[in-house]
Amino acid sequence: MYTVPLPRIGTDLAWRDAAKRLIGAAIPPEDVLWDFGGEMGELFATAAPLPPPSRRIKAPQSFIQMADTVVWHKDPQRFARLYAMLWRLRHETGLMQDRADQHLAKLRQMEKGVNRCKHKMKAFVRFRDLRQGGDRRSFAAWFEPTHHTVEPTAPFFARRFADMDWMIATPDVTAQFVDGNLSFHPGQPKPDLPKDGAEALWGAYFCNIFNPARVKIKAMTSEMPKKYWKNLPEAQHIHDLIAGAEAKVQKMQDAAPTIPPERAQRIRRQLRQQKGDDQ
Amino acid sequence: MTRMALSDKLAILSDAARYDASCASSGTARRDSRDGKGLGSTEGSGICHAYAPDGRCISLLKILMTNFCIYDCAYCINRVSSHVRRARFSADEVVQLTIEFYRRNYIEGLFLSSGIIRSPDATMSDMVQIAKRLREGENFRGYIHLKTIPDAAPELIEQAGLYADRLSINVELPTDNSVKAYAPEKNPVTIRKAMGDVKSRKEVASEKSYTGKRGKRFAPAGQSTQMIVGADRSTDATILGQSTRLYGAYQLRRVYYSAFSPIPDATAQLPLIKPPLVREHRLYQADWLLRFYGFGVDEITAARPDGNLDLELDPKLAWALQNRALFPVDVNRASKDMLLRVPGFGTRTVDRILSTRRHRNLRYGDLLQMGTPMKKAQPFIVARDWTPGALTDSANLRTRFAPPPQQLSLL
Repeated sequence: MYTVPLPRIGTDLAWRDAAKRLIGAAIPPEDVLWDFGGEMGELFATAAPLPPPSRRIKAPQSFIQMADTVVWHKDPQRFARLYAMLWRLRHETGLMQDRADQHLAKLRQMEKGVNRCKHKMKAFVRFRDLRQGGDRRSFAAWFEPTHHTVEPTAPFFARRFADMDWMIATPDVTAQFVDGNLSFHPGQPKPDLPKDGAEALWGAYFCNIFNPARVKIKAMTSEMPKKYWKNLPEAQHIHDLIAGAEAKVQKMQDAAPTIPPERAQRIRRQLRQQKGDDQ
Repeated sequence: MTRMALSDKLAILSDAARYDASCASSGTARRDSRDGKGLGSTEGSGICHAYAPDGRCISLLKILMTNFCIYDCAYCINRVSSHVRRARFSADEVVQLTIEFYRRNYIEGLFLSSGIIRSPDATMSDMVQIAKRLREGENFRGYIHLKTIPDAAPELIEQAGLYADRLSINVELPTDNSVKAYAPEKNPVTIRKAMGDVKSRKEVASEKSYTGKRGKRFAPAGQSTQMIVGADRSTDATILGQSTRLYGAYQLRRVYYSAFSPIPDATAQLPLIKPPLVREHRLYQADWLLRFYGFGVDEITAARPDGNLDLELDPKLAWALQNRALFPVDVNRASKDMLLRVPGFGTRTVDRILSTRRHRNLRYGDLLQMGTPMKKAQPFIVARDWTPGALTDSANLRTRFAPPPQQLSLL
């Protein structure tokens, strides 16, 4: 029996390395326990060292890509499921193209969950200005992802916000970007971030880009689930926007047509004159 | 006049911009700021940073530079004859708002539109200046969408295309006669000419010169347009016919359909209605069928004699019910083209079927496993352990899908 400890930071590489060694030594899935972040405790700590890396292991590119994503899922079974799939791939060539295989379907579903979580993180992280002075501006955010997605998503923020320093703190892992260097640290409780005046402007924008004549609450919540709202400054307005929508539209419909302002006549005359001049 | 607070201006000028449906930030050139000398990135697919309770994606800071306008388009909140409050951003305000929102990860970039002030050239030139300042002054590498003003000088459009990812110009209404009736100062011919200019500039920019160098990229995310639905009497067949011509002639990336929606201080010429949201939705579905599923306009609009789409059923299902002789199709044998015509099958489902059927003879359960919505597809397919029997031709097949009749509301 092998127990494989997997760290919270760098999980992907650690899993891949262990899987290569195990598959190389033909260790079947039932002889492997995966211990993420020391969650199993002392009980299983006394296990055999992993087999040494052996001959080149071949796995389809599509599997490696999928595994690189699935390792960040929160399901404790993810590592075992991936290893079981890798085990089958030794003999079942073409398995990766079989969309009707139940085990593959489950892994694909997990992959989709992680990708969605990464996408939502890119969308819903909200930075606050720390106003620290100095050459580079610095910002920080608190975020609560569904899966372990800070590490695979942080490079996106590094590509986008390279001319400023930033931190994304989460209960799981904290990402820091200082002077162009990205690093990861253990998670932390929610930090006390300074208030940011831009949030009021953003709120004003959110309220006014909303069209009260087209209320579609389900379409909103399916893409921006409520679990994210508490860390989104604009979400505090949603309740009032929905409550006031109908009255706003009614007011537009009830209003009697008005007489155009005087300006309108003047401008219309000018436009007509110009048109005449052109012809 | 006292100076208006920035948040008041933002309120007025985003309220004025919300009738433009597009908020896309996808499909442009890849850029990032890893060199540490700029701000922003674009990576193929866009990101919706928030959703308003109208269910629409908020990806860009979508604002008007000003809502003062000398034109009098009946459907528009900003027409000259309306009493709506007016405001104007300075270039500096637009630049700062964009940058500060972007740094906080609220947005993917800017979608700047404007009412026409003084003249089309003056308006366009001010907008180009803003884009230029973002790109050259602030080294902004996020997304910029500029609305081009009809009748603006070609040099200005050329500059706009160098700074912007996307350019758009709205055809506004589905027919020339409707444009003439409701937007008297706009000219459909000029609008089409502007789209033609953008198309040919894009082509020139993508050609290599004799030295093998490519010119500067011109509007890499292409151009789009918008049609208002439900303000005039055009049928869906007319609207989709117009879209097909636009996609073909000007290589548009997208045609947006915007359900005519109540505006404050409306004109008596266009009475306010409940926005036809279902119709808008059906038009988008039909638009997709035309572009990605190999359908022709005539096929989609033939289901009903009045030239409109069936509001109760999606257009593919409506077509399939009219053409039952072609069904059921065998998922283990049918061609890709035919699989794409099965109700409930999307392009992704079809790709999965094609890849999986090389490994096994597909059963009903396999299709479920792939995430296919089988309720819709059931009557139209044959699988290894499934045949719809008489279901395909049963007289009441429509009622399986159409929503039950509703009582009319008395209020």
